[in-house]
Amino acid sequence: MSIQANSTQATSTQTGSTQIRLNGDPHTLTAGHTVADLVEQLGLSGRRIAVEINEEIVPRSQHADTRLVDGDHVEVVHAIGGG
Amino acid sequence: MTQQTHVPLADTPLTIAGRDFHSRLLVGTGKYKDFAETGAAIAQSGADIVTFAVRRTNLGQDAEAPNLLDAISPERYTLLPNTAGCYTAKDAVRTCRLARELLDGHNLVKLEVLGDEATLYPNVVETLKAAETLLADGFDVMVYTSDDPIVARELDAMGCCAIMPLGSLIGSGHGIQNPYNIRLIVEQSNVPVLVDAGIGTASDAAMAMELGCDGVLLNTAIAHARDPLRMANAMKLAVEAGRDAFLAGRMQRRQGADPSSPFAGRING
Repeated sequence: MSIQANSTQATSTQTGSTQIRLNGDPHTLTAGHTVADLVEQLGLSGRRIAVEINEEIVPRSQHADTRLVDGDHVEVVHAIGGG
Repeated sequence: MTQQTHVPLADTPLTIAGRDFHSRLLVGTGKYKDFAETGAAIAQSGADIVTFAVRRTNLGQDAEAPNLLDAISPERYTLLPNTAGCYTAKDAVRTCRLARELLDGHNLVKLEVLGDEATLYPNVVETLKAAETLLADGFDVMVYTSDDPIVARELDAMGCCAIMPLGSLIGSGHGIQNPYNIRLIVEQSNVPVLVDAGIGTASDAAMAMELGCDGVLLNTAIAHARDPLRMANAMKLAVEAGRDAFLAGRMQRRQGADPSSPFAGRING
């Protein structure tokens, strides 16, 4: 598996769409490019989830400031039953 | 003569990573019919520590769908995220870090790194690697491992806060297949030892406690019982009974019979 070393704190203003991999599947961001935007678009705001970009945790406190860029591998996880 | 009354017998709490727990039964949250049954069975078990898994959020699903953490409140229970399904140290470490974020910095985890899908037997090489990384990263690591006393000793020396050898294969219900190894691990360990995996029914849980284990972690034995609530109760009582039997110290086994009623004064004497 090749992980692109994209910065998760990109400062350039992005327009148009951004292609990411979200939980293993291709996903296109058309509006809003921060982690907080993505969480909102997925209807998961306020839910107990954790987010990882390119195998690094993005703390909840940084969701609004962390910008997604092309090629990012994003994982959104939650708690499920298990032993 | 005054009537003797029942008094609760003293016991020390189960202490894991500096925290005291009343119940010595730890339970999983998998394989239940629904969250209502999960919540009811776990409440019935009296468990204080409850384990769960971390998985990708199903993004197609209704965002309002019930969440496990609604049924198992983090305010009521000590939640123990596990690394079930991880086959490498790297995946297990990632999973623990996700869990810590999920639980707002809570750092108690159940580490399990599996060897293959057929046996779910622990891969101790990867387990040792993961434990080292997690301990350096500030996690309190309760570690699932084989019933090998040498590996258990190594994990103890590294600083894991509980050693959790298998009784038998995960989900098998075969009970404790090597009680002598479990006893060796109990005798040598400086931290709590819990049998994790293989418990099938109440007597298995009692046996673990009679061997001197500090606790038992189980899931399938309750979830796949015909009546999970009743089995949850049975497990609670079994762990308490086994603990009391261990503390009481069992009688010596003997070759022949030894009457409980005196010979003297028999009417046929």
